[in-house]
Amino acid sequence: MSGVGRVRGVGRTLLVIAAFGLLAAPSLRAQADHGAQYSQSDIAAGYRVYSSQCVQCHGGLGDGISGVDLRRGVFRRAASDEDLGRVITNGVPGAGMPPFKLEAAELTGVVAFIRAGFDQTASVRVGDPARGRALYDGKGDCATCHRVRGRGALTAPDLSGIGLVRTVAALQRSLLNPTTAMVPANRPLRIVTKRGETLDGRRLNEDSYTVQLLDTRGRLRSLAKSDIRTLTYATASPMPSYASRLTPDEIADLVGYLASLREP
Amino acid sequence: MNLRAFAPPLIALALLGAASPAPAQVTADRLRQASDEPQNWLTYSGTYASQRYSLLRQIDPGNVKNLELKWVLPNQVFGAWQATPLVVDGVMYVTQRPNDVLAVDAKTGRVFWQYRYPVSPEARVCCGSNNRGLAILGSTLFMGTLDGRLVAIDAAGGRPLWNVAVGDPRLGYSLTMAPLAVKDKILVGVGGGEYGIRGFVAAFDPASGKELWRFYTIPGPGERGHETWSGDTWKTGGGSVWLTPSYDPALNLTYWGIGNPGPDWNADLRPGDNLYTDSVIAIDADTGALKWHFQFTPNDTYDYDAVQVAVLADVTLRGTPTKTLMWANRNGFFYVLNRETGAFLSGAPFVKVNWASGLDAKGRPVQTPQPPGQPTWPGNQGGTNWYSPSFSPRTGLFYLSAWEGYASIFRKEPATYIPGRNFAGGGHTVVTPVPGAPGPRIGRTTPVNDWTDVTGHGAVIALDPQTLQRKWTFPQYDVTDSGILTTATDLLFTGGREGYFYALDARNGEVLWKASLGGQIVNGPIAYALDGTQYIAVISGNSLYTFGLRQEPPR
Repeated sequence: MSGVGRVRGVGRTLLVIAAFGLLAAPSLRAQADHGAQYSQSDIAAGYRVYSSQCVQCHGGLGDGISGVDLRRGVFRRAASDEDLGRVITNGVPGAGMPPFKLEAAELTGVVAFIRAGFDQTASVRVGDPARGRALYDGKGDCATCHRVRGRGALTAPDLSGIGLVRTVAALQRSLLNPTTAMVPANRPLRIVTKRGETLDGRRLNEDSYTVQLLDTRGRLRSLAKSDIRTLTYATASPMPSYASRLTPDEIADLVGYLASLREP
Repeated sequence: MNLRAFAPPLIALALLGAASPAPAQVTADRLRQASDEPQNWLTYSGTYASQRYSLLRQIDPGNVKNLELKWVLPNQVFGAWQATPLVVDGVMYVTQRPNDVLAVDAKTGRVFWQYRYPVSPEARVCCGSNNRGLAILGSTLFMGTLDGRLVAIDAAGGRPLWNVAVGDPRLGYSLTMAPLAVKDKILVGVGGGEYGIRGFVAAFDPASGKELWRFYTIPGPGERGHETWSGDTWKTGGGSVWLTPSYDPALNLTYWGIGNPGPDWNADLRPGDNLYTDSVIAIDADTGALKWHFQFTPNDTYDYDAVQVAVLADVTLRGTPTKTLMWANRNGFFYVLNRETGAFLSGAPFVKVNWASGLDAKGRPVQTPQPPGQPTWPGNQGGTNWYSPSFSPRTGLFYLSAWEGYASIFRKEPATYIPGRNFAGGGHTVVTPVPGAPGPRIGRTTPVNDWTDVTGHGAVIALDPQTLQRKWTFPQYDVTDSGILTTATDLLFTGGREGYFYALDARNGEVLWKASLGGQIVNGPIAYALDGTQYIAVISGNSLYTFGLRQEPPR
């Protein structure tokens, strides 16, 4: 297989403009909320189609093409399930997406898999989002560290769109055993500069020569690594486990609330 | 070949460049002796030996800090830009996706003409609408197309001369490599290794487009090597070709890297060694006959295409002058072969490898498949991939872009061949510290690195072909798909996904200069000269950047 950029080129200027117009349009993620309407067997069948026909370009997380994020429901040219099916069937001439002549059941399946946010797990209990929200604000005290839609602290990741980027299984794991669910990009960062300043915060971005972070005072900082004496990532999450703080029912409700947070 | 440290004075080159206003006439002799005119870049890899080693000496370790931007050519089309330009007597010819050709004033970046080949909607490619470049012979350019055709284009007028079918796009055949002109033939191979194609390389008449010979990379019944396939599996055996071959004029042999078998990830469905997938094949340039082959990864189940560019160099190994072929493979091993016979001379891993415990006396890997669900090193994209390496006869070192600390969990699944559809037989997941966390993608699609170096990082590695050991390592935080250029002044130019463009000291890997260009660098830098000025050109993101030394202010 080619080891090459999967960013698809749009072949003609007009199409480029068209693509930009669609990208600028409101994303149609609301459709992604309908995961429940798809059957588990459709989702499983869709996974098989996706993993053989789609994954080469779109990637295991669905974000292999620039400007498209299938798992989060960010599409360039589709709103409804019918739109998705049409794009898959007809392809996108000039943009590198070939037409896929799938059987009806395969097409239904792959749409279901995409709409389910690539989540094949049916074992996670998803409770009531309203009760979950009350727990988030009350017993869970989550806003002490997290922020949702501008409310709460920035010590830990903003959760306004967490339902789009995490499966319910990952959300549940985050509550029960936070360290095993902490992706490397979210590891807490401590920097001591050569001038003696100590910065704690969250890494936003990094390359060979620089690191960008949001410090605990809410400032966006960009530092040259040549100005840094020590740069340390914690591999243990500072978040406490809620396994003993909340009941299983409460965990399910909180998962339901987090899964409902789908700000793009 | 190219062992002499020979560099004509730049002034003479400049005269040569300036005195050629006539349309390009690139004869077969000029191509064969391309190292005699380092002011030009006449083939994908610069010369037939594919060393990507420039004899230009104006830019050196002492003055490289004075490089400045001379001009920028923005691409009108978004997506990874993998092409290596040609430079012919002051004119740069470069392709942009999907199949556009631009003729550009190499001094100013201003465009003479643009040709846009209309790609059929039937085209299907696994990994993006990529095209890696052109060949030139006489005054004609040659380009393969995503819909499986070969097109001849008038280098002066920018209009197509002929266009012939090479492979059927409805069955997944495509052409993404830069063709190679050898004597009176144009050589290409077909991509499509994810679609159950039967790969081949072929030669075409530059005047008419008539096919002159064809060699199937998957042998059919009665052909040598067919016994390495069972039943009808050869019919969908893959063996794609998507990188430009190298050529030794003295031996009249072309050296091609052959891609993965189909289906990619389930070797159980195709018992046998599956020749000539994941192999280098030496093909007679006149007849298309196979002289020898060497298979790197028999019965591959990891998608370890041998699509790297063969680097040809004459070196003295343990006291014996040897015509070698050097190859850093996607499977994580570095090989030195005798390019006359294909004999294995030496080999060793250059990154962590656990799919094999080593190589036997003939270079065959001792395979150690990992249990289901366990990590395999290197991961799916390999220890390296299609990124052009370089060899410097001055340092005697082989340079490559590598991925380190990168592993995949492979899985096998059933596969049914349906014409034109992906024929994968499984897949892989990048190993990450927690389930579902991001890993490096096939290309960089976002300016924010949310996978981190924990899931893999890049490095430029300098290997000593005498000892197979690393001389030095230049690590990068993100992985890298950049090609490498070395020069006769011991500079090494390369980039990476982060968009930094580097001049390193080829002797020790120290950074002498860098520019933050921002976009991912996924092509190989080139050197050329015009009117007394040496240029270095590289593509970052959606633009081609050209650098030269800052003019000294008048005294």
